[in-house]
Amino acid sequence: MWPIRELYLAGLLLYALAALTGLAAHLRKIRATWVATLLCCAAMVAAAFEFSASAASLLVGAEFNWSLPSGMPFLHYGVRLDPLSAFFNLSLSLLAACVALYSVGYLKRGVTRNRPGLFCFFFNLHLLFLTLVFTASNTIFFFIAWELVVVTAYFLVVTDHESAESRQGGMLYILMSRGGTGLLFIGFLLLASAAGSMEFQAMHGSGAKLTPALGAAAFLSLFFGFGVKAGMIPLHIWLPAAHPVAPSNVSALMSGIVIKTGIYGMARVFFDFYGDLPVWAGLLVLLAGVVSALLGVLYALMEHDLKRLLAYHSIENIGIILMGFGSAVLFRSFGHPQLAALALVAGLFHTLNHGVFKCLLFLGAGSVVQGTGTRNMEQMGGLIRRMPWTALFFLVGAIAISGLPPFNGFVSEWFTYQSLLAGFGATPTLARIVFPIAGAMLALTAALAATCFVKAFGITFLALPRCNSAEHATEARFSMQAGMATLAVACAVLGLGATWFVPIFAPITQNAFGVQITPQLVSANGLLLTAGSVQNGSVSPLMLAVALVALGIVPLALWFLLGRKSTRVTGPSWDCGLPGLTAANEYTATAFSKPLRMIFGALFRPRREIQAQYDVSPYYPKAIHFESEIVPTFETHFYQPLLAGIQMLAARMRRIQTGSIHAYLAYIFVTLILLLLFGVRE
Amino acid sequence: MMEQVLAIFFQVALVLLLAPLVTGFNRAMKARVQTRRGPGLLQPYRDLYKLLRKGMVIPDTSSWIFSATPYVLFVTTLLASLLIPTISAHAPLSLFGGVLAVVYLLALGRFFLALGGLDAGSSFGGLGSSREMTIAAIAEPALMLAVFTVAIGAGSTNLSMVVQAAQGQSWRFLAPSQMLAFAALFIVLIAETGRIPVDNPATHLELTMIHEAMILEYSGPYLALIEWASAIKQLVLMTLLVNIFFPFGLSANWSSTAVLISLPLYILKLLLLSIVVVMVEVTNAKMRLFRVPELLTIAFVLGALALISTFIFQG
Repeated sequence: MWPIRELYLAGLLLYALAALTGLAAHLRKIRATWVATLLCCAAMVAAAFEFSASAASLLVGAEFNWSLPSGMPFLHYGVRLDPLSAFFNLSLSLLAACVALYSVGYLKRGVTRNRPGLFCFFFNLHLLFLTLVFTASNTIFFFIAWELVVVTAYFLVVTDHESAESRQGGMLYILMSRGGTGLLFIGFLLLASAAGSMEFQAMHGSGAKLTPALGAAAFLSLFFGFGVKAGMIPLHIWLPAAHPVAPSNVSALMSGIVIKTGIYGMARVFFDFYGDLPVWAGLLVLLAGVVSALLGVLYALMEHDLKRLLAYHSIENIGIILMGFGSAVLFRSFGHPQLAALALVAGLFHTLNHGVFKCLLFLGAGSVVQGTGTRNMEQMGGLIRRMPWTALFFLVGAIAISGLPPFNGFVSEWFTYQSLLAGFGATPTLARIVFPIAGAMLALTAALAATCFVKAFGITFLALPRCNSAEHATEARFSMQAGMATLAVACAVLGLGATWFVPIFAPITQNAFGVQITPQLVSANGLLLTAGSVQNGSVSPLMLAVALVALGIVPLALWFLLGRKSTRVTGPSWDCGLPGLTAANEYTATAFSKPLRMIFGALFRPRREIQAQYDVSPYYPKAIHFESEIVPTFETHFYQPLLAGIQMLAARMRRIQTGSIHAYLAYIFVTLILLLLFGVRE
Repeated sequence: MMEQVLAIFFQVALVLLLAPLVTGFNRAMKARVQTRRGPGLLQPYRDLYKLLRKGMVIPDTSSWIFSATPYVLFVTTLLASLLIPTISAHAPLSLFGGVLAVVYLLALGRFFLALGGLDAGSSFGGLGSSREMTIAAIAEPALMLAVFTVAIGAGSTNLSMVVQAAQGQSWRFLAPSQMLAFAALFIVLIAETGRIPVDNPATHLELTMIHEAMILEYSGPYLALIEWASAIKQLVLMTLLVNIFFPFGLSANWSSTAVLISLPLYILKLLLLSIVVVMVEVTNAKMRLFRVPELLTIAFVLGALALISTFIFQG
């Protein structure tokens, strides 16, 4: 028997201990780099504990419950590792370990603004509270952890507090999160009052006890509340503002797993608290998924800030995950638990996969940004020669996120396609048409993602360096490479060995829908992944990879038979005969995405301005000023009016804000009386 | 087991040998319709032979990506061809991946090809990569809808199963959904293989080229591999069209008599489709780049209509 509880608690303790050590070091003004090294290693060990606890819990199928009384009503410091929690905790600890390993080298170059102790304090606390969010079993305790994740994330985002961009990004993040939490309160309180308990276990299936109207209200507030955290469009605007300005290891953590707390919440609500949801709810989730996926990738294409580009891709992948979840909700309401389980597996597997490759890509971007000193892709180029390992790992991540075989992104997108395909036959009305259309949009999304990553990799790493700092970039340190290498290997293993990992979803689907779909998803002794059965379609990433290698014999044989004597010389690029190729001739990221900017012009509303200065004739310009930008639709058309409205309201409310403490005390007193009058019934 | 291995070898050889022939036929046919003499049928083989023996120049600005690209492209395209039924209804490796794997393997090859285009650093390479990826991206939804229509009809994404289901109902291609899906896939075929009106395979006019711009810096054996892979990709897509919608004459196994009967039929079907492609090519002018999305939107709508008619006619 595995000591699951001991491992889990040891991990928590170690995080806490590391955090406190960091704080102590900061207070005692110890600023040596070994502080960060030590505390990152501690985080790594703690993550390893958490990983083994969650893995053991998933494999053995043992749930564990543990709680401390708080002395207050409703609140227990209760933790529970049920399959769903264990799965998310597993993803978290895998990523946390890799990020911590990466951070050992990353933090050595002035990232922490000479406050390694403080940074590690927040870093370890952040991981601690994330673990608690995924495992808390009491609503109030969940909210405490939830809010502390936001707070610690805020401090990590504004590590570079001297930059206004960081502060604004952090502020937007914390504001949006507050709004989301407000919605969550409504939803959780409705459900908890229906269940008569604040314990998650008692809230199982409590959605059915609410009246349809209240159930819908709770569902909507929870969906949008968690949607803020997940970065779902249109609640996403904080994500591309906050993720890029954070130090890259923090960005990796945030995009890899912090936004997944929203996904965890949705999974908990949709498949645990609600035993069934109406059809419109499923359609809403599916629609939100399609919109997020498509708009996320389209906005990513327009970015030439490497980290913002990656941040928009997080929105895209959240959309893909929501497509799986939405289909699962729909299938359940149509009475197809098998298909619902397939769709849930697709969504959850993509959650893990996205975590792995997005973490990898952000860490790669971190190395690039550290090596070149800029986030602007237009100034990079040729880094594959200066940073060969980073380039290789980034390439793996790019292939995986584009959903291309044989890496992990392909497998989970394949499952998503299969569940969407099955949806057509399983849905009674014309509503069935939404599934193939969603599938087509997923195809568009994936193809646009591939386009975007050709741009991201090609412009950043290939051809000639576009500025001096790119020309003299330095390769990442060894521990950074090791962190990235681990994630790259994870991308490959989760893809090639998908048949080994799919069974971990069995207990989750068992709890949610009462069926273990995973035995049907693996066939031929673990060689094939199937869509329910071999007849419905099968794929084997492993065999595809083997076949790819084996078919390499053909070109090699051709070369051996015919091309062996052909010469191979290195020379300047031909470039249609134009002499003297310089970096100025190269295609830019903006130019690369121009066709799509034109095609989707209705969405982007591109604006450009060209001013030429000339002396004699307009045919010989002396200098050209070019400016091009796209309209951020949601910010200008939704959030700015909203902000204006809030400010107007606030201005009105200023009248009661006299600044007198007596008045405020009176307000509090009146509120209390009102609450006692109307709030307490029994 | 032995039969399977033989089938793999046979299909590899078939695809490798047949792909340049289809290209050659296309060119000869096009020349004939345009009342030119044109090169002979076997010219693509001579080209490949010559290119494989020639020396090559690697741009000094490029990296290992440039050299890896031809191999990756060639191998992924060849593997995609092993997942689809050619002369037998049993594709050699169809269990290892269905139609989704075919689409994504082709996408993997394209991903590398576009990187190879960027790697040399010339603006033409970047231009070609950008356009190729854009057109592929907007062709993808139409492709998927058509593929979905077929897969839903057969209840499987495994292409062997799809073809066997189609074989059961010989006149199925007359169903509206099948015709619409065929039309959608046909447009995608034109776009994906870079033929007029989307791209002109014969052009080297700087501002209009797409595919050719991307491979501008390649020479010698690398160019041969890329050209060959393009021919195989064209064969793969054409085979998909002819065998999914018109599965006549596909043999149930890989016996030699079956091969003798179904191989000529397969080639005949391909040649008929080629004639259609060539007719489209000679009767149209190349579109402006930004008109291409309209064409692909038509394909998308056709695909959606195909699905809706599946719904209507299957109840």
